[in-house]
Amino acid sequence: MDDSLFFREEHLEVREMVRDLARNEIAPIARAADASGEFPWPTVAKMAELGLLGIPWPEELGGTGMDYISYIIAVHELAKVDASHGITVSAHTTLGTSPIVDFGTPAQRAKYLPLLAGGKVLGGFGLTEPGAGSDAGGTATMAEDKGDHYLLNGSKIFITHAGVGEIFVCTARTTPGTTGRGITSFIVKKENVEKAKAVAVGFGHDDSITWTKGVRAGKKEDKMGWRASDTRELFFQDAVVPKEDVLGPVGEGFVQFLKTLDSGRIGVAALSLGIAEGAYDEAVKYAGQRKQFGRYIGAFQGISFALADLATEIEAGKLLTYQAAWLKQNGKPHKIEAAKAKLYCSELAMRATINAVQVHGGYGYTTDYPVERMMRDAKVCEIGEGTSEIQRLVIARSILGDVVGGG
Amino acid sequence: MKIAVCIKRVPDTETRIRIAADGVSADEAGVKFILNPYDEFAVEEALQRKEKAGAGEVVVIALGPDAAQETMRTALAMGADRGVLLRADAIPADVLAVAKALAAELKDGGYDLVLFGKIAADDCAQAVGPMTAELLGLPCVTAVSKLELDGGKGVAHREIEGGVEVVEFALPAVLTADKGLNTPRYPALKGIMAAKKKPVEVKPVTFAAPRLRVAALEMPPARKEGRIVGEGPDAVPELVRLLREEAKVL
Ligand SMILES: Cc1cc2nc3c(=O)[nH]c(=O)nc-3n(C[C@H](O)[C@H](O)[C@H](O)COP(=O)(O)OP(=O)(O)OC[C@H]3O[C@@H](n4cnc5c(N)ncnc54)[C@H](O)[C@@H]3O)c2cc1C
Repeated sequence: MDDSLFFREEHLEVREMVRDLARNEIAPIARAADASGEFPWPTVAKMAELGLLGIPWPEELGGTGMDYISYIIAVHELAKVDASHGITVSAHTTLGTSPIVDFGTPAQRAKYLPLLAGGKVLGGFGLTEPGAGSDAGGTATMAEDKGDHYLLNGSKIFITHAGVGEIFVCTARTTPGTTGRGITSFIVKKENVEKAKAVAVGFGHDDSITWTKGVRAGKKEDKMGWRASDTRELFFQDAVVPKEDVLGPVGEGFVQFLKTLDSGRIGVAALSLGIAEGAYDEAVKYAGQRKQFGRYIGAFQGISFALADLATEIEAGKLLTYQAAWLKQNGKPHKIEAAKAKLYCSELAMRATINAVQVHGGYGYTTDYPVERMMRDAKVCEIGEGTSEIQRLVIARSILGDVVGGG
Repeated sequence: MKIAVCIKRVPDTETRIRIAADGVSADEAGVKFILNPYDEFAVEEALQRKEKAGAGEVVVIALGPDAAQETMRTALAMGADRGVLLRADAIPADVLAVAKALAAELKDGGYDLVLFGKIAADDCAQAVGPMTAELLGLPCVTAVSKLELDGGKGVAHREIEGGVEVVEFALPAVLTADKGLNTPRYPALKGIMAAKKKPVEVKPVTFAAPRLRVAALEMPPARKEGRIVGEGPDAVPELVRLLREEAKVL
């Protein structure tokens, strides 16, 4: 993709900086963080310090004053080296912060955005429930109106940053039933479960936050990939949410999260693209180093054609992703473009990483090379923020409308 | 504390350089340019000195084509206050001409410290810093890896073959920065945004007739590539096996 299509000089500078950061600071620790599954506090703190946790938000809101494309560039570049760091930025920005930017009252924005966009603590988004995954309209967590507050009961599952984050936008049902209309968004706050580590790096905990009583994170999921990203359950047990922490109008939660996911998907597309490109780069490098039958393996058509296909698909993926980002940035409808970018790039990440392991032969199957980690990291891109099937459903509905019908 | 940092736009050290058709220059097509890596240490040192002093100004000065302004933005994004571009279509191979142009710009600037990188990654002359110092009549310490400043005096450490040389000097002075002096910061996103608004003054420069020219440029002979067997003690058995069976040196 030609840079001049979507990038201005500052975009190239962001790319340069994130690339350097990824290569010099994150690449060296990525394998160890994957192996241990520990949240990489020092490097995430570094990202926060450099402004990577508040890229697309105006300075008045505590952000860096850059744009959405810059944010997408950062996620893309981070994921080339380590998907876990990419999802940390992506989940914090589009899932954790953007609902408050988009739907918050001036008071909520003034209270929470300096902490989130300013990179003081991590945010997250609690939508998925054990019984409501793809069918998030089936939310069963209940929010009971108690006059000046709501009482929340239920649980969320697979919530990125549930342990290490402190501010969350969560959905709960304010009207009994199973339809989307009865769902409302709430801002809940719980203390970082790794507070000591956060304090040690000077990022990730803020004493000024008033914690929501009755919210608790569960044990950390032991995952196939994204192992250095924190994923846990979030439990609400008579959780007391004051009315000032209701996000947007009551009953609008469903409409809100669909909107949040539309742009979140561009982030996952960029993340997937990064994984694909990172794996492809490794494969190209290896194909020019490894010799068998007296020749570089890249000289064999079986290898070179696979790389040619990937190069072409990565180009297509970039155009899909940056076009979706451009639409979002310019306030144009982007739901379908985001779904297409996410669908294509997440499946590309899978193909690219599988092929990259193949190009590496037996070495690629070991942890001595990063491609096996990339392959494990790629899979969840086809699942999180709407599975590939759900993306196809969104796209198909836009083509066939009522013929396709409900989920 | 007023500090000047002279910076150079050079090809990325990771770019594969091709010799242009004229046989005496590098083909710039498709080449990425960066702030000379040693100059990053100089910029960082200037910023830290200013931060420590609590006041002052860091001015970055580059001699080169218009495109050198992009390089300058990196230094401005790191935190330098303003830039001066001494604009020339090409950087002369006669480095004394470069030093003269820089000295003319620096002469009346009232700088307490003038910093350079120890060496430019492209021509490796290591001469512009000392030459500029000479033209300005200032003390010069090259390849500084540690620096202490106290009032009008400074102490610089230089890594020399097998040891460290400690040099005292009086300010104002010209220093060239070596690695180890500091860890250059990444430009924060806010810094990148702020840099867009920082002033860069562009001044055309002309040079006297060059007294030397590049006669030829040649690529080094192809080197056999290495192979990374692994990392740490686990890699040793494989390395020994390869040294014995493939390299046949054991
Ligand atoms: C690492 C990780 C991080 C996550 N982070 C978050 C987070 O921060 N916040 C959050 O809210 N959620 C998060 N999730 C949850 C994620 O969004 C859900 O897992 C995802 O939406 C799928 O839901 P499910 O797991 O319940 O699968 P299900 O919905 O049970 O799907 C099972 C299978 O059925 C298919 N299927 C379902 N419905 C249809 C249909 N109508 N047509 C065709 N096929 C269908 C699916 O595509 C899938 O293949 C995360 C998940 C993971 C793994």
